[in-house]
Amino acid sequence: MSNGARIPYLSVLGTLIVALMLTMMPLPEAAEAFRPDWLALVLIFWVMMLPRAISVGVAWMAGIVLDVAQGTLLGQHALALCVVAAITARFHLQMRVFPVSQMTATVLALLGLYQFLLFWINGVAGVTAPAVHYWGPLLTGTILWPILSVMLSGIRYRTPAGA
Amino acid sequence: MVGSYKKGSAAKTPALGLRALALIVLSVLLMFLDQRDGHLDAVRQTIGAAVYPLQVTVDAPARLWNWMRARSASRNHLQLENSRLKIESLVSKGQIQELAALRAENDRLRALLDARERVRGEVRVAAIMAVDANPYRHNIVLDIGRRHGVYDGQTIIDANGVVGQVIETGLLTSQAILISDPDHALPVEVSRNGLRTIAFGTGEFDRLDLPFLPNNADIRSGDLLTTSGLGGAFPPGYPVAVVGMVNRIPQEPFADVVATPAAALNQVREVMLIWHQPAADEPEPAAAETPDGQDE
Repeated sequence: MSNGARIPYLSVLGTLIVALMLTMMPLPEAAEAFRPDWLALVLIFWVMMLPRAISVGVAWMAGIVLDVAQGTLLGQHALALCVVAAITARFHLQMRVFPVSQMTATVLALLGLYQFLLFWINGVAGVTAPAVHYWGPLLTGTILWPILSVMLSGIRYRTPAGA
Repeated sequence: MVGSYKKGSAAKTPALGLRALALIVLSVLLMFLDQRDGHLDAVRQTIGAAVYPLQVTVDAPARLWNWMRARSASRNHLQLENSRLKIESLVSKGQIQELAALRAENDRLRALLDARERVRGEVRVAAIMAVDANPYRHNIVLDIGRRHGVYDGQTIIDANGVVGQVIETGLLTSQAILISDPDHALPVEVSRNGLRTIAFGTGEFDRLDLPFLPNNADIRSGDLLTTSGLGGAFPPGYPVAVVGMVNRIPQEPFADVVATPAAALNQVREVMLIWHQPAADEPEPAAAETPDGQDE
């Protein structure tokens, strides 16, 4: 654990793929609007922990894959994730020492920015969607963050880097 | 741990903004190209092929559940279902016989009227993959793609009516838009009197809006709406929806008309794709031959 130089690429890739699958997973119609932004949450965590290895480039590529998987405008999620990753990378040192409540508030702000960018691009491209599709994920994503970050920390420190 | 990061982040921070900016510009460029027209189909299809295994994996539990339910159905239940299906098949067969006679009669009448024949295309069944596509739209993912001959704009129906149309074809899967999508509009006609209008999706699975009907339009609750075939995207004559509520507001120019889709949009698991020849290349021979026949 002490030599942080080893990057657990496999865990990063694995969690990103799981996040993508959770994003595509079918949900009951009522829960649909409250699907958290899994990919954004997982990326925020990894960028915060490993800002040198996992940063805007990885976020952008993940966004492109998400765009293809969901059939949205190619580059829409890529742009939003890229901006979120850039801000997280810029402030990763502050974020890491934040207490849970403050960190969750920061994640809320980041997710808000993410949804706003998607909303904005949708507006420019002329895609209309009910408002709940924008604030629903914000709510569930923020509630999930504390649990998710603990789980991802578990994955981070159990992988080959520590062994 | 902190030490190693301090060094790294100090070295990388100046480049971060630049890299982010470059990627943002690239995204905007991509979106611009994607919005304008399909310059990026190849990119989409390449990445789509990589996403395909994930879609199959996500779809697997639902598939497994259906399979297990089919396997574990009791013998008694199966027998009941079997007899019910037999009766249903018998009834349908009877109706089809009637249909053949009606079709012949229809063809004769159409020939008399010099109208062109109605083309009924080929049909293929596709399963809807249990994959949620675009969160802002009513989209579905089908398990057949370009390899099976699916094309953009292809009509999708279920046993009861029109479901939607294909908007994007991958090699092995394709995406389709449902008629309930807020951005979808469909030319329809009232089967009772041929009144034409346009049915818009609302974002709710059980509601379509008909916003362009004047207050004095001859439409009432219970009317069946069928595709009119105008616009050429959908073949004519397929049921679309049943008119629910008609609310005539005297001070407004248009009546407030709402219809319920005939297809069970949020319940279907199997749909049918129709290969219908565009009507444009059909009329010439038909129109050229029938007048001759009648003159003599």
